[in-house]
Amino acid sequence: MNAINASSVASIRSPKSLAEICADVRAGRSSARVRVDAFLAEIAARDGEIHAFNEVHADAARAAADAIDATVKAGRDPGTLAGAVIAIKDNIVMREGHTTCSSKMLANYRSPFDATVIERLRAAGAIFIGKTNLDEFAMGSSTENSAFGATRNPWDTSRVPGGSSGGSAAAVAAGFCDASLGSDTGGSIRQPAALCGCVGFKPTYGRVSRYGLVAFGSSLDQIGPFAHSVADAALVYDTIVGRDALDSTTADSPSTPLAAKVAEPLTKLRIGVPREYRSDANAPAVAAVLEKAIVAAKALGAEIVDIDLPLTDIGISTYYVIAPAEASSNLARYDGIRYGHRASLAPGDDLEDLYSKSRAEGFGPEVQRRIMLGTYVLSSGYYDAYYKRALQARRLIKEEFDRAFTQCDVVLGPTSPVVAFPFGGKKDPLSMYLCDVYTVNTNIAGIPGISFNGGYADELGTKLPVGLQLQAPAFAEETLLRAAAMLERACAD
Amino acid sequence: MSEALSDADIRHVAKLSRLRVEDSQVSAMRTQLTSILGHISKLQALPTEGVEPMAHPMRIVNRLGEDEPKPCMPVEEFLKNAPAVVDRFLAVPKVLGEGGGA
Repeated sequence: MNAINASSVASIRSPKSLAEICADVRAGRSSARVRVDAFLAEIAARDGEIHAFNEVHADAARAAADAIDATVKAGRDPGTLAGAVIAIKDNIVMREGHTTCSSKMLANYRSPFDATVIERLRAAGAIFIGKTNLDEFAMGSSTENSAFGATRNPWDTSRVPGGSSGGSAAAVAAGFCDASLGSDTGGSIRQPAALCGCVGFKPTYGRVSRYGLVAFGSSLDQIGPFAHSVADAALVYDTIVGRDALDSTTADSPSTPLAAKVAEPLTKLRIGVPREYRSDANAPAVAAVLEKAIVAAKALGAEIVDIDLPLTDIGISTYYVIAPAEASSNLARYDGIRYGHRASLAPGDDLEDLYSKSRAEGFGPEVQRRIMLGTYVLSSGYYDAYYKRALQARRLIKEEFDRAFTQCDVVLGPTSPVVAFPFGGKKDPLSMYLCDVYTVNTNIAGIPGISFNGGYADELGTKLPVGLQLQAPAFAEETLLRAAAMLERACAD
Repeated sequence: MSEALSDADIRHVAKLSRLRVEDSQVSAMRTQLTSILGHISKLQALPTEGVEPMAHPMRIVNRLGEDEPKPCMPVEEFLKNAPAVVDRFLAVPKVLGEGGGA
């Protein structure tokens, strides 16, 4: 039995919400330093097995905690997230330690600046405990593509935590932090949250600044939180949301604080359930959890609306053109010249050899595959057939969601058709890509999505979490989070 | 459009991608990319006549910042991550001259 087991995970969890925990720290009823030391002890004891972290910033976290406690003692307010212990996906830059993207290419990279999300969290009193593992450059759905070794699922260490933000999901699920940040290009927050049994929230494109997030697919990427509950995720989101002069794609739409609002139930909620999301491809336990949630939602007074999203299936093809195309362009910057891995040259090698050798040595197989794929679909003769057509499909997918949201307020379905799978279970790249069927269209349309735990599967005696996903129209985060909090409670009963 | 890729296609795309590919890798790459492109080719069956391509989820208009000079990152900070430095410059292999690839 490889499981750390669910009860030990649950026992670490504080019964208090993150807002209550921070209120205690702000009022001096609880010490940030004591909290940090407790998390560091958990990490020291169990992260050898889980490998959620690429790097633990023990000294910096202790110093930050001491500063918070001193601020409270001096009678000043350290901020709304005072003492919140947060782990950061290792593709978000910060001055402490390295930012590696779990790639050999950036193994020694130290950022000279902080991402905007880091600045905002720091200013609110959050404490950063370390950098979490990911599929190299956020490309993957299992965190097996890390150059530094895979992360293991805390529920069963013979299984993957999902990806690409597998380390951030596992860190929350294992009780190594209060919350974490991930990035979501095609499901990389929501799918690992589902497989690890925590909450993972991808905001509307443009809600959260991407400044300091290492670029993968720039029209798809969005930073968001992992947390133990929808309310905790909302509190972190409230801190990082908003316009940033350093990211011209951040939206002007105002966001009112949501953490205090998520507990308010919605009285007239229409939940759309697409026929395509009740697919035969769903694992039986996934299908059962979805049907149970639908019954629970009805009991809460929500109206269930059967809807159609026939383009669900074309999403994978669309995504695996657009994302690699953007990645092939974004990753062109890793050329061995200004930063990152540089290959040693043989006599007679020229600049072209420096580029191609450095990139072949620095990037792992999946990253190289996606660069090749993206280059191919953008190349002369294939651009119209692949890239242009994918952009047309993108508009059709967005319009399909627009129509669906005239019939319902939120769309409910599984986050992933499968539960956490064993290591090596999806060796063929295409079979791994197909797992993203319910998450990629959210990014293609730029709308928000959240995954929360809907129930559990019993896989030969091992209890594994099953995630459910809600999606909402662009900028309708308040509806999304309030609906998610309602269903989260209903599914837990 | 879902025809199989050839070894020459793989070498060409690798060259465009600035990725050195060993001969031993070509065949596996060809198989994997052909399989992925086969799936992606579903797009060809989608009726898209007259649909305007959508490159971005937001209606983006150019956004201009205030034209205020601000200090930039010190060169020393920038060079800390550089793989090879000569004085205050990034060092690169010879670009011009005998044996050069330029």
